[in-house]
Amino acid sequence: MSNSKFYNAIFAAGITLILACLMIGIKLDNEGAQLAVKGATAEQWGWIGLGIAIVFFSQLFSSQIDAMFGKIPKPNLGAMLPEERKMATLKPWLIAAVVVIMLIWPFMVSRGSVDLATLTLIYIMLGLGLNIVVGLAGLLDLGFVAFYAVGAYTYALLSEYFGLSFWACLPISAGMAALFGFILGFPVLRLRGDYLAIVTLGFGEIIRILLNNWSAVTGGPSGISGIAKPTLFGLEFTRRAKEEGNVPFHEFLGIDYSSSYKVIFLYLIAVLLVLFVIYVINRLMRMPIGRAWEALRDDEIACRSLGLNRTAIKLSAFTLGASTAGFAGSFFAARQGFISPESFIFIESAIILAIVVLGGMGSQVGVILAAIVMTILPELAREFSEYRMLLFGLLMVLMMRWRPEGLVPMKRPHLELKQ
Amino acid sequence: MLRINNINTHYGQIQALHDVSVEVKKGEIVTLIGANGAGKTTLMMTICGDPQASSGKIHFDGEDISRLTTAKIMQKGLAIVPEGRRVFSGLTVEENLYMGSYYRSKAEAAETAEHVLELFPRLRERFSQRAGTMSGGEQQMLAIGRAMMSKPRMILLDEPSLGLAPIIIQQIFDIIQKLRDEGVTIFLVEQNANQALRIADRGYVLENGRVVLEDSGDALLTNEAVQQAYLGG
Repeated sequence: MSNSKFYNAIFAAGITLILACLMIGIKLDNEGAQLAVKGATAEQWGWIGLGIAIVFFSQLFSSQIDAMFGKIPKPNLGAMLPEERKMATLKPWLIAAVVVIMLIWPFMVSRGSVDLATLTLIYIMLGLGLNIVVGLAGLLDLGFVAFYAVGAYTYALLSEYFGLSFWACLPISAGMAALFGFILGFPVLRLRGDYLAIVTLGFGEIIRILLNNWSAVTGGPSGISGIAKPTLFGLEFTRRAKEEGNVPFHEFLGIDYSSSYKVIFLYLIAVLLVLFVIYVINRLMRMPIGRAWEALRDDEIACRSLGLNRTAIKLSAFTLGASTAGFAGSFFAARQGFISPESFIFIESAIILAIVVLGGMGSQVGVILAAIVMTILPELAREFSEYRMLLFGLLMVLMMRWRPEGLVPMKRPHLELKQ
Repeated sequence: MLRINNINTHYGQIQALHDVSVEVKKGEIVTLIGANGAGKTTLMMTICGDPQASSGKIHFDGEDISRLTTAKIMQKGLAIVPEGRRVFSGLTVEENLYMGSYYRSKAEAAETAEHVLELFPRLRERFSQRAGTMSGGEQQMLAIGRAMMSKPRMILLDEPSLGLAPIIIQQIFDIIQKLRDEGVTIFLVEQNANQALRIADRGYVLENGRVVLEDSGDALLTNEAVQQAYLGG
């Protein structure tokens, strides 16, 4: 064990001691009108001591612990999947099966599960959108939630002020978000990496603050409520039709009213939107522009040396990613019926980014899996109440330690020579 | 084919090229030799429009390209193999090649790709492999192949022998000659002066941003000053 290890461990333990003492050990308390400093109880000091000891020893034996991690066998996902050639014939069937299950499934489970699934689908859409920008084009965007907000507010405002329907607003929202993506894209064209991250972070905040303060239009912090729900060819999913002469869905079909129809309907819309987004992005990835995004990520100079227009490629990635978020946003507004700037804070951007990184940068299947994990896990862990997010964080740390390339890393076909 | 007239190039306040004039005629191999920091790569980059020359003119096939953007210049039938290979490491060999023919139709590109694979059988073996996992020599072949994919009339090569084993260097130089035989004009920047001058029709020597010598390849090989400075006496 080297000396530097020991110093390192001492240092880490010292930091823990200082932080723990300030945060847990000393408390300011009101005693009448006076503020008094109170120390922690003996039991708390015990826990602090234990924590410091853990930090000290884990630093001291970090290489051994790392080696132990290395010994844990990694799951061989490749072995679980059938062979490449078999996969090609199986794939259409597999996709068909998944789609059918997704369509039938909501009729058999509880309303809460369907609602959660709808939320998951929104995150899948967001993840797929950001995947274009971060995973494929390699442009680190920390303000992605801004486009989500633009999409949501576009629908909410158009519906409130002009009474436009969800279906008319869906493309408009995507278009608006794309426009914002385009506008943001221009000034950041020359930026990469950390600089780009900072600018996009700022952009995300600007949008949120604008929504918060422009009370005359957006309603400020109190948001917009009573946003119209989507209709099925003009049929509403309420007990009574809101508009004169309109027939609600259940009356039209002559069945009893059930509030779960609405939830299932929203879920099915989300499924359709996600399928649409997956299809479009998949096509784009196979087109030259998709490869150009990846090429730009790998080497910008080489891209330019081949006569590729850097501006057009970056802007197209930004615009397309943003329009996907706009899609998700307008659906989110329609589902919630109420939006406020609170829904579009930085943590949302971070979660979407985590979905992309966890999924394995660039891989669509990975992003979908990660979105499912990231939305369902916090729900499942609800019984741990206040330790929920702690658990969640721990899981992400373990994940990155154990499979840093993501759940399903982006795959390229391999050609093996027969010996 | 390529005529560079009295160009000056600046990086901010620092002048990197002083009144450089170079001419490359159709079907020639012209080489530019010089020590580190002489301005060889700067000259290449200036031809490609990044940075643009602060004065002087560059004509390609009679057309003034000195004020065009890089993307426009590279679509004019000129291709560059940049220094240090710069292949797209995350893409496969196939995808790398097809990036080179971004603006051509699929059928045309497939034809050229077949030709490139004939020239570089190694690339055919590695066709579906990620470029980043290949050896330096293979990556250099890929970089040259990728530049050929736009079917350029002229190729600029920036230090193609950099960091490669002698046997691979020989292969690369053979390929360059083959390209010339096919009618592609070559402008070659090299530190490996000996080998470059052997295959070159003409050569320029660049020192501190100025062209100090210009002659046929053979004449430069036997030139005493060049031997002293670049060929190891």
